[in-house]
Amino acid sequence: MSAAPSTVVTAPATTATAPATTATAPAATPAATTVVAPVEPALAATPEPRRRVHAILREDVFALVGSLIAAVATTAVIFVWLAPFDNPVGFVLCAYVLFLLIYRITLSQDHDRPAVRDRMVAAVVASLALVLLGTMAHVVGFALVNGRRALPHWNFYSQDIHLTAPQDPLTKGGIEHAVVGTLIEISIALAITVPLGVLTAVMLNEIPGRVSRLVRTITEAATALPSIVAGLFIYATLLVPFGHRTSGVLHPGGLAAAIAISVMMLPIIIRASDVVLRLTPGSLKEASYALGAGQWSTVWRVTLPTARSGLTTAVILGTARGLGETSPVLLCAGLARNTNWDPTHDPMTSLPLFVFNAVRSPEPGMIARGYGAAAVLLVIVLVLFTTARLLARRNRSLTS
Amino acid sequence: MSGVTVGSAVATVVVPETAAVPENRVRPAQVRPPADKLFRGMARGSGYVVLALMTMVGVFLSLRAQDALRVDGWKFVTTQAWEPESHNFGIAGILTGSVLIALTAIFFALPLALGTALFISEYAPPRLKKALIALIDLMAAIPSVVFGLWGFFFFEHASVGATHWMSDYLGWIPLLHLRVDTGEADAGNPLASNSYYTGSTFIAGVVVALMVTPIACSVMREAFSQAPLGEREGAYALGATRWGMVRNVVLPFGRGGVIGGTMLGLGRALGETIAVYMVISLTFRIQGHILGKGASSVSSVIAQRYGSSSHFAISALMAAGLALFLMTLAVNFGASMIVARSRSGAESEA
Repeated sequence: MSAAPSTVVTAPATTATAPATTATAPAATPAATTVVAPVEPALAATPEPRRRVHAILREDVFALVGSLIAAVATTAVIFVWLAPFDNPVGFVLCAYVLFLLIYRITLSQDHDRPAVRDRMVAAVVASLALVLLGTMAHVVGFALVNGRRALPHWNFYSQDIHLTAPQDPLTKGGIEHAVVGTLIEISIALAITVPLGVLTAVMLNEIPGRVSRLVRTITEAATALPSIVAGLFIYATLLVPFGHRTSGVLHPGGLAAAIAISVMMLPIIIRASDVVLRLTPGSLKEASYALGAGQWSTVWRVTLPTARSGLTTAVILGTARGLGETSPVLLCAGLARNTNWDPTHDPMTSLPLFVFNAVRSPEPGMIARGYGAAAVLLVIVLVLFTTARLLARRNRSLTS
Repeated sequence: MSGVTVGSAVATVVVPETAAVPENRVRPAQVRPPADKLFRGMARGSGYVVLALMTMVGVFLSLRAQDALRVDGWKFVTTQAWEPESHNFGIAGILTGSVLIALTAIFFALPLALGTALFISEYAPPRLKKALIALIDLMAAIPSVVFGLWGFFFFEHASVGATHWMSDYLGWIPLLHLRVDTGEADAGNPLASNSYYTGSTFIAGVVVALMVTPIACSVMREAFSQAPLGEREGAYALGATRWGMVRNVVLPFGRGGVIGGTMLGLGRALGETIAVYMVISLTFRIQGHILGKGASSVSSVIAQRYGSSSHFAISALMAAGLALFLMTLAVNFGASMIVARSRSGAESEA
């Protein structure tokens, strides 16, 4: 904060010297300072070191680390010597409460009350963030680590499971059918949602009016549609009346699942794209119109390229949601054991559904396959997400 | 233009242009090139398709639900069972279950999301900030089945001790009280089987909390980051600590975002299916004891019952789905209204 006045004072000084240096000679900075010196001698002679506003004080670090050690040590004493507790959750909670207590006492030694409260809140906020990040890391790591038994086997990726009994070793059978099913279903869903979604978002921005407002409201409402209800809708409208049946048994298919996923993804993509398109600078569009371009060429050459990175992110985030969605697939696509390339006939399993089904088996081999499939799914989502980030970054650097 | 000419023609009239004939606005784009016409047609068409599709979902759900609702009438809201074949079904138990799971989830998600959002927008070093934002977005994309795995294979067992402890010492809090009438366990019975503490609303709630926290968190962070710089620096200039600034500037400005993000998370939590279905042991009565075995949610019932269902049973499921949809709809609209209102307010004051 005290850095602010110093910059305010020095700023005019440097601007004043700028013409001087250019006028006399390219004498660089020493010359400049000698020019300034007579004007503001006290300030220019000893350039005030810029103060770090966010400096970490050594006392604070000591207080923090000390309290932490003290809390853990005290909790260990309580748990090991004094009381018959053995719960790790209890240990952590007890240590945390003790830490807050000790930290507070330590801080109040050399700070006033507002400062103590400030440090306490900072500690609580940081620990909450740490809890969330840690738990998330554990959730992801749990699937990845447990999946490591299935992942190294090549057949896990190259075979499907129709010749594999649940108790077979991991060197037999794999998830090829689920990967294929996932890719086909998400491709169909993308083929439906990307043109429809982006075009609708463009319409919301380019043709304002009563219809646009209605579409926006309905889309907003549809984001609330639980995915299982979307699945149930497709199940009852498409599958039950039109689905293939053999001897009265309903055969679900990948197409129905893809449509169900589309119904779920569409509102997400439209809303995200709508926001991105609304952020396109109006001056760019007006410049295009002023040059005589029509609406279509303005959209095609100005609006869409400007918003491209945002649109890509919107689509990929929608895709990630669609990939991970289990419930519509459960209702509409059915469980397959063999690789099925035809979305219109026969069941077609996707990765999340395979996971869901495999881990309900009592066989440890199937559970390991389930974990493996979950790990593969996570990796796919991660790759998609990273791609989206990279695309967004590259395009931003191009436009700016 | 025309206003000026009229004024000069009737020069004797002193009244200036304002009283003259109002100028007709010239519309430059009245004659559109064919490409524009095609584009507008296609854009409108896609808008109508989306409109039709989304409306159809709602209309169709309501229509198909009619069969079941006509038979069941008001009993649909009060029955705690799901036996559509014998016309004995209702959402009293399962909708309550959904709400309880969602509320448990929000109970854990709200502090986590709030703390993380505050940390990212106010406390994290600038270099870490971008990475953290990306990380939170990534968390929102983790498939629900992965959370289900974690809940079913890890948390269900890991939490038994904590659940046991809570039911022993916090049993006086109404919802944490354990039910005795099942005969499986007494409250405070140290020998109660551990399985009595699994498959509960509490566990499902924690799993769902993890799923909705990233969404709630990113909405909140967005709102916090919009707190105007002038007010922030003003607070610092008056000698506020960082917490003083946060409490008096950031939190009031982000209040709408906090409420909206929480409600958005609530909407997501109400509709969550697979993770919940994997974790809970399904029951159809009202399970008001969130630590005990047995929980219910509308979406789990749909996931469990769709396959073996007759035409009428599907209609009953549709009715349940409709009830769930209406509930999430109300929550979502509330959330977006609150977020929108708070945002416009922040802009006008900035």
